[in-house]
Amino acid sequence: MRDVAIIGAGITQFGEHWERSFRDIGIEAGMKAIADADLSGSEVDGMFIGNMSSGRFINQHHIGALIADYSGMATNHVPATRVEAGEASGGIAFRQGVMAVASGMHDIVVVGGAEKMTDVDDPTSNEIMDTTSDTQWESSLGVTFASLHAMIAKRSIHDGVFTREEMASMSVLDHAHGALNPNAQFRKAINLDTVLRSGPVAEPIGLFDCSPISDGAAAVVLCPLEEAKKHTDSYVKVSAVTQASDTLALFQREDITRFCATTAAANKAYRLAGISSSDIDVAEVHDNYTVSGILALQDLGLFERGKAGKAVLEGQANIGGKVAVNTSGGLKARGHPIGATGVAQIVEVVQQLRGAADKRQVAGARYGLAQNVGGTGSAVTVSILEAI
Amino acid sequence: MDVGIVSYGAYVPRYRITPAEIGRIWGIDGAGMGKGLMISQKSVPAPDEDVATIATEAARFMMARTDADPADIGAIYVGSESHPYAVKPTATIVGAAIGATPNMTAADMEFACKAGTAGMQVCMGLVGAGMVRYGVAIGADTAQGAPGDALEYSASAGGAAFLIGSEKIIARIDKTLSFTTDTPDFWRKEGQVYPSHGGRFTGEPAYFRHIKSASQMMFDAMGTKPSDYKYAVFHQPNGKFPSRVAKELGFTPEQIETGLLTPSIGNTYSGAVPLGLAAILDKAEPGDRIFATAYGSGAGSDSFDITVTDEIRNYRRDAAPTLAKVLQDTVQIDYGTYAKYKGKIVMSE
Amino acid sequence: MVAVSREWREIPGRYNLVGSKCSVCGKIYFPTRSFCPACRRASIGKVEPYSVSRIGEVYTCSIVHDAPECNNSIKPYAVAMVKMSDGVMIAGQLTNVDLGKVAIGMKVRATLRKLDEDGPAGVIHYGYKFVPLEE
Repeated sequence: MRDVAIIGAGITQFGEHWERSFRDIGIEAGMKAIADADLSGSEVDGMFIGNMSSGRFINQHHIGALIADYSGMATNHVPATRVEAGEASGGIAFRQGVMAVASGMHDIVVVGGAEKMTDVDDPTSNEIMDTTSDTQWESSLGVTFASLHAMIAKRSIHDGVFTREEMASMSVLDHAHGALNPNAQFRKAINLDTVLRSGPVAEPIGLFDCSPISDGAAAVVLCPLEEAKKHTDSYVKVSAVTQASDTLALFQREDITRFCATTAAANKAYRLAGISSSDIDVAEVHDNYTVSGILALQDLGLFERGKAGKAVLEGQANIGGKVAVNTSGGLKARGHPIGATGVAQIVEVVQQLRGAADKRQVAGARYGLAQNVGGTGSAVTVSILEAI
Repeated sequence: MDVGIVSYGAYVPRYRITPAEIGRIWGIDGAGMGKGLMISQKSVPAPDEDVATIATEAARFMMARTDADPADIGAIYVGSESHPYAVKPTATIVGAAIGATPNMTAADMEFACKAGTAGMQVCMGLVGAGMVRYGVAIGADTAQGAPGDALEYSASAGGAAFLIGSEKIIARIDKTLSFTTDTPDFWRKEGQVYPSHGGRFTGEPAYFRHIKSASQMMFDAMGTKPSDYKYAVFHQPNGKFPSRVAKELGFTPEQIETGLLTPSIGNTYSGAVPLGLAAILDKAEPGDRIFATAYGSGAGSDSFDITVTDEIRNYRRDAAPTLAKVLQDTVQIDYGTYAKYKGKIVMSE
Repeated sequence: MVAVSREWREIPGRYNLVGSKCSVCGKIYFPTRSFCPACRRASIGKVEPYSVSRIGEVYTCSIVHDAPECNNSIKPYAVAMVKMSDGVMIAGQLTNVDLGKVAIGMKVRATLRKLDEDGPAGVIHYGYKFVPLEE
């Protein structure tokens, strides 16, 4: 098993791209990443694409073939594999790519994540997201994906894990950072009151507690660590990529105020990387809902249980704080094209560790973490990257 | 062998609308209409309720009160004029929901407001002939009244279920008989949303003729007179008709009071006499004799002579909510909510 | 149109809360499982149908405003995760309840209600919802 490096990264603007199709945005991110790695493209010998539901969003399956074709890889018959795990599709595609290079089976791998959500109407988009719950025993009974998270929030508030205001401050954090990210979907700072007064989605979750519907793509190029210097000086080491599963349905968990899969994946990742949570300088966490973000900070050990909400409210997760969380703007402000998110998180951490995060730069960032979640915590992947 | 009621259950949806509120929309003195009909409010089903769910709730209450094994139920009949499907029986949904399937026969009944009691008669026959151990007869409706029509003030929702058998009978049915003619007083053609009726023709030649004829036939067959009965219940499309027919037959207001539910819940159509009977059984004591005559447009009346047994002392009535308990939970709604709940608003595709 | 078989197959669970009980360790599961995740191979062929209790207590809840199309006529509506009296947790809607009274700790029982239908010409899907338990 060899160590893996990231030698290139590319990302599109996230937002509503009415005039651009799935294949347009998917290819753009990949081409940017390949250019960033100073490759021509003919060197690529494998591709992994994270995409949750092209079948239902754009009525197209067989995405691996589509991306291979339109990225010019099919002329060289490069293998392309689509990975699906709900919102964790991108992060798990990244892990598959790392495994492919680490194993020695591939030498230059492009990992992309892409989703085109705006070709269906909003209710349909929500119903597609509902299928990452237990469709038969949760969403088809009217228990929407949002309401599952709302119920986690309700119980968490009841148990004193955080307050409603602390939960809402996750959205304020995201927007503060998103304002500094030119690729973010939302680039305006907001205040707590805006979040608390936003229209109810499923109580206590309001509109501003929820990530948006977005189009977008992100990509990275991987190669063996020992080869990285040949391609670029600004490469980043992949110290660990772990993944964990849990029950599909939320009602089958022992404790719904934590995602045990996050903790399982994180503990293993810290161990493999030889570090502890306090070594993490930047973290991209999966806050599809504000509640998920607060719990992620605890489940990852970045803040103590019961204290993360207050920490975020008090600014300890802002750039310059104890750990800089979601400098990209997170899922809420940067945007959340489902399959792209996991890879976009990697791209942001890479930029931070390279010192290329511009106005969002965390000084001296050495270790970065990305956490990507599918369903209500039924699949989690944690990646730890290290600056070289 | 003795055949009768082994257990029963009753359910009425919680939402209510007043005649005044209905009249407000149609420019009619609704309060006056209500007074004329002797109806103060009617029940409205929630959007997630229908005859299958109402019949199931009543049947589940019925099963909670008895030790009878649902696997020993040999027949289920659900009588209604608002079955969820025109083709596909409600009875099998109820059967699955109470664990009676698959060793049983089933069918849905239609005979306007007496489809429930017709089912009781069939069950009595099957039990009496030794063909089944227990039969279930349910009368339930989520009746529709055409917007602005007189029937809109009374057409309501509810149902009651009866377990008919010959063991541990709590109310013995000593006799049932019917008076049936081809009389088109009230009807609904296949595909029509709302029923039509013959206006005042629904009175004397229809309701009164059939109820009085069947009731008289019962007095003759049993050698009885009204004062022999503790309770009486008649079909009750409004509060006025049953009060009048009871008086004309010689019953007192006290005898019909317990079973007269329409003034506070509206006309539950196939559920009307079954619910009235359930209300009586909620209070009845050993030895009480009950006179029941249902009426269904089209037209016919089923009459029953029922005597409550000592077994009712052992009956676990409190294992399920009594009608009094069910009827405590009410929520008043306005016409807009009513129209939404009853599917009267054209929604987008 | 959705194939009728998928929902029909789930009727025992949908109507009657039929789950599974492992006869090796005694654990109860809802929905049904073909083997016990705790006992694994040892439980193959030893898992029996089990009717979960219909009485329970609300463990957590929410009022849904952003509803799927099939629930347009009832929104906003309440959903909950209910801890049934035999320890099994089940998720579903609350009905017949004033939204202001929905709270953690509320005692409820399962009842049969309409969930949705496959369009005006399609099959109606019935399943459990929870109503306040009568005192």
